[in-house]
Amino acid sequence: MSAGIPGRPSPAAARAVVAVIGIVFLIPLVAMLEFTLRNTAGGHDLSHWAALFDPDKARGYRVLAQGVQNSLLLAVISLGIVLVLFFPTIVLVHLRFPRLQRALDLLTVLPIAVPAIVLVVGFAPIYRVIGQTFGSGVWTLALAYGVLVLPFAYRAIAADLTGMDARVRAEAARSLGAGWVTVLVRVIAPGVRRGLLAASLVTIAIVLGEFTVSSLLNRVTLQTALLQISKSDPFVAVAVSLISLVAAFVLLLLVSATGGPPRRRSPGGAAEVRVAPPTTPRAAAPAPSQKEPGRGR
Amino acid sequence: MRKFLAALGLVPFTAYVVLFLIVPTLIAVGSGFTADGGLTLENLPVLFAPETLSAFWASIWLSAVTAVVGAVVGATLCWALAALPEQGPLRRVVDAASSVLAQFGGVMLAFAFIATIGSQGLITVLLRERLGTDIYADGVWLYELPGLVLPYLYFQVPLMVITFLPAVLALRPGWAEAVATLGGRGGSYWLRVGIPILTPAFLGSLLLLFANAFSSYATAAALISQGSQIVPLKIRAALIGETGASLASNAGVLALGMIVVMTIVMFGYGRLMARTARWQG
Repeated sequence: MSAGIPGRPSPAAARAVVAVIGIVFLIPLVAMLEFTLRNTAGGHDLSHWAALFDPDKARGYRVLAQGVQNSLLLAVISLGIVLVLFFPTIVLVHLRFPRLQRALDLLTVLPIAVPAIVLVVGFAPIYRVIGQTFGSGVWTLALAYGVLVLPFAYRAIAADLTGMDARVRAEAARSLGAGWVTVLVRVIAPGVRRGLLAASLVTIAIVLGEFTVSSLLNRVTLQTALLQISKSDPFVAVAVSLISLVAAFVLLLLVSATGGPPRRRSPGGAAEVRVAPPTTPRAAAPAPSQKEPGRGR
Repeated sequence: MRKFLAALGLVPFTAYVVLFLIVPTLIAVGSGFTADGGLTLENLPVLFAPETLSAFWASIWLSAVTAVVGAVVGATLCWALAALPEQGPLRRVVDAASSVLAQFGGVMLAFAFIATIGSQGLITVLLRERLGTDIYADGVWLYELPGLVLPYLYFQVPLMVITFLPAVLALRPGWAEAVATLGGRGGSYWLRVGIPILTPAFLGSLLLLFANAFSSYATAAALISQGSQIVPLKIRAALIGETGASLASNAGVLALGMIVVMTIVMFGYGRLMARTARWQG
């Protein structure tokens, strides 16, 4: 398809470019792997990986276990905020307050324009109050994480919502006597399941990778625990990082593989709609291009 | 009445956003203008102190360098990816890898580069023992400002792929065919069609990369434990009171400076992306 079209590389050249850049990007990952395989004698073996599963050493990893546990809890609560608070609001604005759409667009870019390190300056006094009222439980951090996730979750859901004729379908459901909850759960949610999936994935990814807020508010999460344990046992820290990276990659690959071929969305038209990638990237989200990157022809 | 009930549904979200986004932002900026419980402008000179200016300069330099290099490498990758079949395994792998790596900031990224080009890193040792070149002959630079460039590129390039690829894919094959019909080659296609159309998207992505690097904290915090060469690290120092007491107002002033830069950048980004949208639809 590309042969002979001016400006396009031949498939072989394209593969070569991708391969060269890909190999450069693999080097740090290979280096991480090599690092975890080093042994104290100067050679390579699996001793550090064995130690990772050694029950005798588990005590030393307690911080890490606590961090993983806290981060998973935060991921679940943040996911709850996205699905129970953000999603219904986005739908409500889309269906009932189209005029507020623009304001919501702008509002949800704000957490990108105001970096996390700046928000932390404002979070510090707020969390002092929260600490006095609700205690210093780690779960309160999820309230801050919701804000960090908002831009990406919003773009993912909103882009799908514009693509599904939500208004028509909601009206149809309402005229058949469906209540708001039914419309939301049984009509809208299945229509934007891709957007919800992407929003969920990006939420989990951001929460599990979050460091700025948790470290400066002195909470133990996966990332702060990794940094702490790297000072006493760098091998474990690097091994856990590598595992979580590979796991995230495999998960995304599986999601994109089960996503199947592009589906048709246009009502009546046969226009091919490119399916948005399964995750809406961290900062790429506010791009208008995210909504329906329809390919002309 | 129905409208009123519906409006009631907006209350929880509004309350949440006000409490956890608007109020923290106002506190962050406002704390730069308060001292001893009153309003004051006396902290503002902090923004123009030599060490603050040099931190801002370093932040801007780092963000600009990694944005430009990341954008050029990423755009090359997009150009190659666009020629590959969309459902092909290579495209899927690169898509997934870009999504993961664009998120891969912070502590884990720091580990990866310590394992690669730390003083005992894989590449450092290979170069030293096989080629006899010591990349740290003039001292270890990984834990200082120049050391941030390579780790930052590691998330900048994937981010470029994610943001710029849709624009490259939106180039219609028909345009290239039209150029071919008129006797044009690859060179004239890019010069007269491809580059003019992609320029706003490219510049927009460039600004986004800049903003992304400028607001990054975690990677620098994990790599650089001493000193505060860039603005986010200066905020850390002010927040944890590394160099003295009563620095909350300094953090506020620095935060204000960051917001000003970010607002300018994001505004430009919004304008450019609006232009880009014309060609994608």
